[in-house]
Amino acid sequence: MLELSILWPSILNGLTTGAVYALIALGLTLIYGVLHIINFAHGAALMMALYGVYYLQRSLGLDPYVSLAVMVPTMFAAGYLAYRYVIGVASHGRDENILLVTLGVAIVLENLALFLFKSDTRTIDTAYTFTTVPIGSAMIALPKIVAFFGAAATAGILLLIMRATDLGRAIRACAKERQGARLVGIDVEHVFAMSFGIGLACLGAAACFLLPAYYVNPMVGNGFVLIAFTIVVLGGMGSFAGALVGGLLIGVVESVGGLWLGESLGQIGIFLIFIAVLLFRPQGLFGARA
Amino acid sequence: MRQLAAIAVFAVAAAVLPLFITSGVVLNTAIMILYTALLGLAWNILAGFGGQFSFGHAVFFGTGAYAAAVLQAKLGWNAWATLPAALLLGAAVGAFIGALSFRYGLRGSYFALVTLAFAEVFRILANNVTFTGAGVGIMVKLKSGAENFQFATKTGYLYVILVFVVAGLVLCWWLKNSRYGAWLQAVRDNEESAAALGVNVFRVKLGAIALSGALMAAGGVFYAQYFQYIDPGLAYGPGVSIEALLGPIVGGLGTLWGPVLGAVLLQLLGEGTRGLFANAPGVSLMLYGALLVLMVTFMPSGVLGVLRRRA
Repeated sequence: MLELSILWPSILNGLTTGAVYALIALGLTLIYGVLHIINFAHGAALMMALYGVYYLQRSLGLDPYVSLAVMVPTMFAAGYLAYRYVIGVASHGRDENILLVTLGVAIVLENLALFLFKSDTRTIDTAYTFTTVPIGSAMIALPKIVAFFGAAATAGILLLIMRATDLGRAIRACAKERQGARLVGIDVEHVFAMSFGIGLACLGAAACFLLPAYYVNPMVGNGFVLIAFTIVVLGGMGSFAGALVGGLLIGVVESVGGLWLGESLGQIGIFLIFIAVLLFRPQGLFGARA
Repeated sequence: MRQLAAIAVFAVAAAVLPLFITSGVVLNTAIMILYTALLGLAWNILAGFGGQFSFGHAVFFGTGAYAAAVLQAKLGWNAWATLPAALLLGAAVGAFIGALSFRYGLRGSYFALVTLAFAEVFRILANNVTFTGAGVGIMVKLKSGAENFQFATKTGYLYVILVFVVAGLVLCWWLKNSRYGAWLQAVRDNEESAAALGVNVFRVKLGAIALSGALMAAGGVFYAQYFQYIDPGLAYGPGVSIEALLGPIVGGLGTLWGPVLGAVLLQLLGEGTRGLFANAPGVSLMLYGALLVLMVTFMPSGVLGVLRRRA
């Protein structure tokens, strides 16, 4: 049996990792859940954002948390333009096409990164990278705690945008009834592009919170894609609360599962949850029954 | 019948190829084209004819490859004897995944994601079980001789993969012309209408995923014999799943010749860009990805679809 003294730090660590997963899943749940688009380029976009944060720190000396002010608008613009001029144009209104286009974009981005930055794994040093904070008997790295609260704040802002602004109402309207939204005068293509931009803006924020305690290489996005899909499905398509709870849950499952089964096999718990949810409760924990 | 004749012409044309060309590089390209075509044909059965888009066809490929490698290396089977076992296992894994997902009515992106997840589960299992050689992978022992499915020249491999591809083409021809194939395409076009007309939707889809899985497993067996080495990433990684779906979509989804045409175009493109940008890592794949985006944007029905419209 496991000692409780190991379990507690493991759970806390899982929660902080899970918070970053949740942040990544938030972007995906907006794009995938609300627009019914499978964005396979999500991981590649995250990877690009991580490189952005890395080079801002390396060449301009910007602290990763200060980079938020640069990365969030940049990723938003990239997402808006990508939808407007690539993904939206290519989709011809068919989901399979969107899958293939985002897949193509992911291949392009990953190999562009490989070409530009080489395959080396890079990390950044900050004054607080190795600072730890005691919580009960556990020592948790400061960047992870910042990431935890940053993810919560980002989710709060998103929720506010979705609930209280005209844009949020328009996004929800387009998600529910595309044709109806168009009939009442909403510019559907613009709203879709805005949603895509906001989804990538989440990645910009995630990258800033992630890098101080993590690393970047051209393939780093792949690991996050399936985990983010799992969280979106587990939480319920398009549900922000679901993405948050799902992210934390998956973070803990991975961390505690790794304790029992070892790092590599511990991940299997994530995918078994994924399959079980898809089979038995495809609407997710927080989703409405379809 | 005309299509069957076309398959025969294709088979003969490919079979006489080694009589005129002895270059190992060209033969290797021909083999890789046929191999890609086989994966595409397998994926096309489920997606093109059945309308069920799988993102995780590596799960069948890897099962076939591991069946061939493990049965030989650990249990001392003859390589040819592993082929039927691998086909059966591929079909069984397909039936298992199909039974679970179709019973619960998963379709569209849900089905795509569940296949993706199954491929990942199999990859992680293969990575952690000693029976499969874990992360180190598994070697197929060098035992030359046609009776051991290992050939001294590329020609032997070319004939084997050609037989697989022709079998796949005939299977797809049958799907286009049989009652079962008509049911399958009816389910693709409108599941509710098909059910209302008395088609057993669940059984029809189950059959398609089993057939698709078996053919994909044949691709896995060939891979294991040709390269004589597999590891979890090669066998169950997302690369194979993507390879399987690219060809049919470039060539023409749900058509008989689409996967073959797509395989030819993709392989030639791959060869061309690799040659041009040999010193710059990533550039060739980058162009490949860009071309994929352009194809879907401007030729969504594939090359075959465009040719048909012109004709």
